[in-house]
Amino acid sequence: MAELQFREALNEAIDEEMGRDERVFIMGEEVAEYDGAYKVTEGLLDKYGFKRVIDTPISELGFAGIGVGAAMNGLRPIVEFMTFNFAVLAADQIINHASKARYMLGGQLSVPIVFRGPNASAGQLGATHSVAYDSMYAHFPGLSVIYPSEPEDAKGLLKSAIRSDDPVIFMESEQMYGMKGEVSEEEDFIIPIGKAKIKREGEDVTIIASGKMYHIAKQAASQLAKDGVEAEIIDPRTIKPLDIETIVTSVKKTNRCVIVDEAHPFGGLASESGFLIQREAFDYLDAPVQRVTLPDVNAPFSKPLFDQWLPDAKQVIEAVNTVTYRN
Amino acid sequence: MAEKIEMPKLSDTMEEGVIAKWNVKEGDKVESGDVIAEVETDKATMEVEVFDGGTVLKILVEEGDAVPLGGVMAVIGDEGEDISDLLEGIGGESEPAEEKKEEKPEEKEKAEEAEEPSVDTEETPEDGRIKASPLARKMAEDKGIELKNVKGSGPEGRIIKRDIEGYKPDEAEKPAAAAVTFESEEAEEIKVSQMRKVIAKRLSESKFTNPHFYETVDIDMEHAIAARGKLNEVSEIKISFNDIVVKACAVALRRHPFVNSSWMDDTIRKHGDVNIAVAVAIDEGLMTPVIKHADKKNLRQISTETRELAGLARDRKLQPEQMEGSTFTISNLGMFGIEEFTAIINPPNACILAVGAIRDVPVVKNGEVVPGKRMKVTLSSDHRIVDGAKAAEFLNTLRQLLENPLAMML
Repeated sequence: MAELQFREALNEAIDEEMGRDERVFIMGEEVAEYDGAYKVTEGLLDKYGFKRVIDTPISELGFAGIGVGAAMNGLRPIVEFMTFNFAVLAADQIINHASKARYMLGGQLSVPIVFRGPNASAGQLGATHSVAYDSMYAHFPGLSVIYPSEPEDAKGLLKSAIRSDDPVIFMESEQMYGMKGEVSEEEDFIIPIGKAKIKREGEDVTIIASGKMYHIAKQAASQLAKDGVEAEIIDPRTIKPLDIETIVTSVKKTNRCVIVDEAHPFGGLASESGFLIQREAFDYLDAPVQRVTLPDVNAPFSKPLFDQWLPDAKQVIEAVNTVTYRN
Repeated sequence: MAEKIEMPKLSDTMEEGVIAKWNVKEGDKVESGDVIAEVETDKATMEVEVFDGGTVLKILVEEGDAVPLGGVMAVIGDEGEDISDLLEGIGGESEPAEEKKEEKPEEKEKAEEAEEPSVDTEETPEDGRIKASPLARKMAEDKGIELKNVKGSGPEGRIIKRDIEGYKPDEAEKPAAAAVTFESEEAEEIKVSQMRKVIAKRLSESKFTNPHFYETVDIDMEHAIAARGKLNEVSEIKISFNDIVVKACAVALRRHPFVNSSWMDDTIRKHGDVNIAVAVAIDEGLMTPVIKHADKKNLRQISTETRELAGLARDRKLQPEQMEGSTFTISNLGMFGIEEFTAIINPPNACILAVGAIRDVPVVKNGEVVPGKRMKVTLSSDHRIVDGAKAAEFLNTLRQLLENPLAMML
């Protein structure tokens, strides 16, 4: 095992896949000469040259469109957005073209493209730079959505994403790029898309959390353990397709579930998995499923308001207390 | 000027009445003397008349609901009259409890309190629904535990996993042999009728307050049987053994006034009249019509009156005055073949006589065993009024009268 930063794990994945398949190339704002806004593409320009590591203007719709076209024509582009908050400019290419081309053309072509970049909030960045888009993209047929929480997952899943013959939305976090974690040194380490991981075993409650929220859930779980409540944490890793089997198996064991989701409450990962749990594990539930999400309010800039707005371990503990009838 | 229509006192023991039927609805015009409702009391179904005419402005109680004495059932006044002040005074008590809504704070997701459309949860604690988590339901089913026996510890009494895990059946519920299990059948909850409520209340009070004691005598009925045969040859009305027992008791009571008394806390009331209540079993329970002045009535009168009152009781048509004023009660289970039993004193009586069946038994007469006819009667007495010897004296008189019916003529 090697201890890598999140950005290093992503870099290794891109590097390995570019080395393995010459159709793979990366483009985006500052990915080449500046080594990436968050240094994810460090050293790649030197290794693979301007033809495969391409700086673009600040024109998300344009370069996303180039990526989709390149993918349709047989290449395997990785399109980096400086943040998914900017990818809304490219939403037409992602939603109307990448996700639908194979379907509308009767399978004559596929769009093997990865759109990646940081997602959701990263401190006081204001309302337009703090949105979690994973649930929104997961809404559309034809898109896979991955939101890893740890370096190893990031590496294994990004490699799978690049090899996927269909478009993948791959989400990261500004606040996690520097985070270190053990990463398998196994040759060609791959994690299949659509497999959740039980990151902590416990008997009393299942907590579902992905991306940055996994770390909130982990904090809550360690505090709950002091009170004798053992939480089982499931990181779906892939938002879509969602590994509901792993979740349901866990809920059948613990009988209680809390979902932590850094999205607004309406129609997100929390509501979808909550629905699936009640359908698949109805007879095993000892309490209504609870969720901790953002409020239905845009991100505030003010620090005290922002701290109130973002889900934290305290809210997770309260939700766990509710489902375990401890409050 | 609008008037409240309050629950009237329709019998002397009535504490509440159940609206059996409304004959009017809101907006109807009524005139003085109109019967607006039928009210089921502890004893009978009675009609409620209005004194003043007007328009029914508001009906506050639904059919089937109970109203305490003096409780407001309806408001009658002039059409269009504002009765909000009048209703305000009545308060929420008359409102059906179901309409009260309660928020359930613990159910809410903490992070979403302000912005999520909250589901209004109507709390109906008396709708008979058992709240249990799906898991608890399944566990209970697997273990053969009936949810209604489990106390829920979750919000609003929701039965949850730990309640099923910690459930210990009462000894009575435990199957005798663990090896054989039987599928349990659903129990049925029956709403307690007004009559049962009264029976429950008055008899519990009697049994728990009056210090009961019991004395039994075995009476030779041969002469009574013969006398009855002769009487029925000449009487156009059939005289029953019960009639004879009533008559004998009436005569005996006259001679033993302490048995014909009531405990009044500071005094003992020796009644002037001998009024004998006769317990009549009806479908919903039990009624005790009263034969007034039983000591002054002959057997034919007693027989006619008893039959008439029993019929009214079965049709629930007894009027309050036909059930009031008893000084002694007779309960006869002879026709069911009951040999002997003890009865609970019917307040405010001092005693009650429990009459068993006339049995064919071997008896010893002049040193020889011969066939005989015997009937056991058991007197339950309130020891505050009647002592053992007094009760025995009464029973001896009663026995003598029944064993020698001609003596009743004296």
